[in-house]
Amino acid sequence: MFAALYRWLDDRLHLDGLIEPFRHKTVPTHRLSYWYFFGGITLFLFMVQVFTGILLLLYYRPSANEAFESVQYIMTRVQFGWLIRSIHSWSANLMIFTAFVHMFSVLFLKAYRKPREMTWVSGMLLLFLVMGFGFSGYLLPWNKLAFFATTVGTQMAGQVPIIGQPMMVFLRGGPQVTGATLTRFYGFHVAVLPMLVTVLIAIHLFLVQRQGMSVPPKVEKAWAANPSLRREMKFFPNFLLRELMAWYVAIATLGALAALFPWNLGVKAEPFASAPAGIKPEWYFLFMYQTLKLIPSKVWIVDGEVLGILGCSLAGLFWVLLPFFESDKPARTRTWITGLGIFALVFMIVMSVYGYVAQ
Amino acid sequence: MVMLRNKVRGFAAPRSAVLAGLVALAACLGYGQAVNSCVDCHSTMPDPLGVSSDKFSQDIHAQKGLTCTSCHGGDASSYDPTVAMGSKAGFKGKIDRRKIPDLCGSCHSNPNLMRQYDPSLRTDQLAEYHTSVHGKRLVAGDAKVAVCIDCHSVHDIRPPSDPRSTVNPVNVATTCSRCHADANYMKQYGIPTDQFAKYNTSVHHDALAVRGDLSAPTCTTCHGNHGAVPPGVDKVQNVCANCHVFQAQMYAKSTHSKVFQDKGLPGCVVCHTNHGIHMPSDAMLSTGPSGVCMRCHAPGDHCDRARASILANLTQLDSTIKQADDALRLAESSGMEVSEARLSQDQARDALTKARVTIHSFQAALVDQDIQVGMKIAAANLKAGKDAMVERNHRRIGLGLCFVAIAFMLAGLWLYIKKLES
Repeated sequence: MFAALYRWLDDRLHLDGLIEPFRHKTVPTHRLSYWYFFGGITLFLFMVQVFTGILLLLYYRPSANEAFESVQYIMTRVQFGWLIRSIHSWSANLMIFTAFVHMFSVLFLKAYRKPREMTWVSGMLLLFLVMGFGFSGYLLPWNKLAFFATTVGTQMAGQVPIIGQPMMVFLRGGPQVTGATLTRFYGFHVAVLPMLVTVLIAIHLFLVQRQGMSVPPKVEKAWAANPSLRREMKFFPNFLLRELMAWYVAIATLGALAALFPWNLGVKAEPFASAPAGIKPEWYFLFMYQTLKLIPSKVWIVDGEVLGILGCSLAGLFWVLLPFFESDKPARTRTWITGLGIFALVFMIVMSVYGYVAQ
Repeated sequence: MVMLRNKVRGFAAPRSAVLAGLVALAACLGYGQAVNSCVDCHSTMPDPLGVSSDKFSQDIHAQKGLTCTSCHGGDASSYDPTVAMGSKAGFKGKIDRRKIPDLCGSCHSNPNLMRQYDPSLRTDQLAEYHTSVHGKRLVAGDAKVAVCIDCHSVHDIRPPSDPRSTVNPVNVATTCSRCHADANYMKQYGIPTDQFAKYNTSVHHDALAVRGDLSAPTCTTCHGNHGAVPPGVDKVQNVCANCHVFQAQMYAKSTHSKVFQDKGLPGCVVCHTNHGIHMPSDAMLSTGPSGVCMRCHAPGDHCDRARASILANLTQLDSTIKQADDALRLAESSGMEVSEARLSQDQARDALTKARVTIHSFQAALVDQDIQVGMKIAAANLKAGKDAMVERNHRRIGLGLCFVAIAFMLAGLWLYIKKLES
């Protein structure tokens, strides 16, 4: 029956022509191939987010008076609402985690090199957008922790010279975090960010398909010296079936997390209440938050917070443009870029742990 | 006055040179400021004549511009003792204790004068004082009783709102206890001196001193301050009713109210005592050592049966609320969303509190009405907690089944890949 349906569609849409490149597409096989799966897992988790997000939209109400109660309703009254909401929250965190893993694996496997600079840039922009998803989505349940974390987060954005204050007012929908901020964040979370991410994912995937998988320099060198060592597998179905297995593992992980550790709802936000002690952002912003905390209030004549925000922004920009710092002497460049990558990874882990344990 | 002059002369002779030097130094240091020879001299003297400028500067009167001469007369601009403390300058010297209330009242009973300092300050303190046991005894010639300075201190009088004030609510009991807890001092009056010790063990002291609730009662809340008297046996419930409004309303309509009045029993105090009032507990309804009902009632009578019924119902509600708390806490620690039930537990607790208040009606049926309201809520919350745990177990079973299905899928895929690649 499927074959008949396919023939019927193929007669009209010429599907064979579309599928043909995938039939010939191959994926290099070597001892580091498993790192290739993380991009696909991130994509899968994004699809989970879209699916669960749409289901949550059916009940969620984006206003300061109703947001908390509507999430509470989803968690307690809606059939499997607890599962959908917990999977959405856990999947968001796992997606950010796998996106970071993917970014560092690309960095250490040197997959950003020419001709894949645009893939790296689109990937970095996707990473920032995914963090934006996390930041905007965190406020939506309108609970106490989210309210104050958003207050602190938008306050930091306000420290950026010149554009900081207008940007903070734009993000908050006014001088303070209020119901207007919630509505705004909701708009970013369900309309603006998904649109941008969808376009960027399309570009990112197109570039990956167009340029194929990168092979690490050492493996490439070994293969060049001895072509008989070269190993490849078909993208369809061999690699895709393996990717499917990884997706099943991701589903099992999400299910276990949602069933054993349902995402906490917390206490409803009270804008006039005092901020709870030891308020911290989500784990993926913790390294930045802790770094900013460690910078003295004044560094020479410059305000410490302004300096920190500027430093973080410049570091982010530098990271986006990293492939363009590759020189004509690749060996030398690769060494310092790898060193920088190791430093960044260690710095992020140490600062996150420090931020987690610090009072 | 004579005594004071003699004391001053005693200082003047052997120490005149030192004193003159100190006074001159003080005058030099105070160059440009208003001259106050009283403080300049008395700040160098030992107690009881010593009054340092630091101490006096803390006094609300000094801060409002009053000086030593406002109370003591004299001329503070002269360093000549015969002029400064001369009769021509109207020097009064040490004020006789019996005249202190009238001296203070000369300003504090004058509404026109006091209005310029604090328009909201009362001016009936002296009139009230004359109605108090202290005031009456003072008029009768007993100089040992408290006058203004005994409670408010002297030369460093602070407003009651100042935590360092001797009449700040937190310090009132200690201030009263200086006389009332002194067995020797109070010997001639034949009244107990254990009030302060008992009060320190009371729930009121705990609220005021430990929890910092300044609205909690201290001595003056029940006895009055300037018009301090014992409340009187038949008026006790009126005093308690100032705060415990509902209990008083129910008690007033109860059979106990009339019986206690007829027998001359002091209302609330019969069950709750007075100075050493402890946190009431359901055990007060028991037949054990904390029970109070059986002190008057006979076992097995109608009232004893009502007591037993109220106690059983209260215990049941209290126990159900605790069980619901435990069940909800367990569910919450398992990640279940039970915040609605947790919130409505407060309603169950409110119903229990209301039932405990309704006890003062001494009608089992009325108490039972409140208990039933609480029982309904607590039972529903207990069920919500248990249901949440059942739901948690269902989720875990579901997770296990999913794991099995996923494991099968993974194994199938792996075998298929192997077959493809073989």
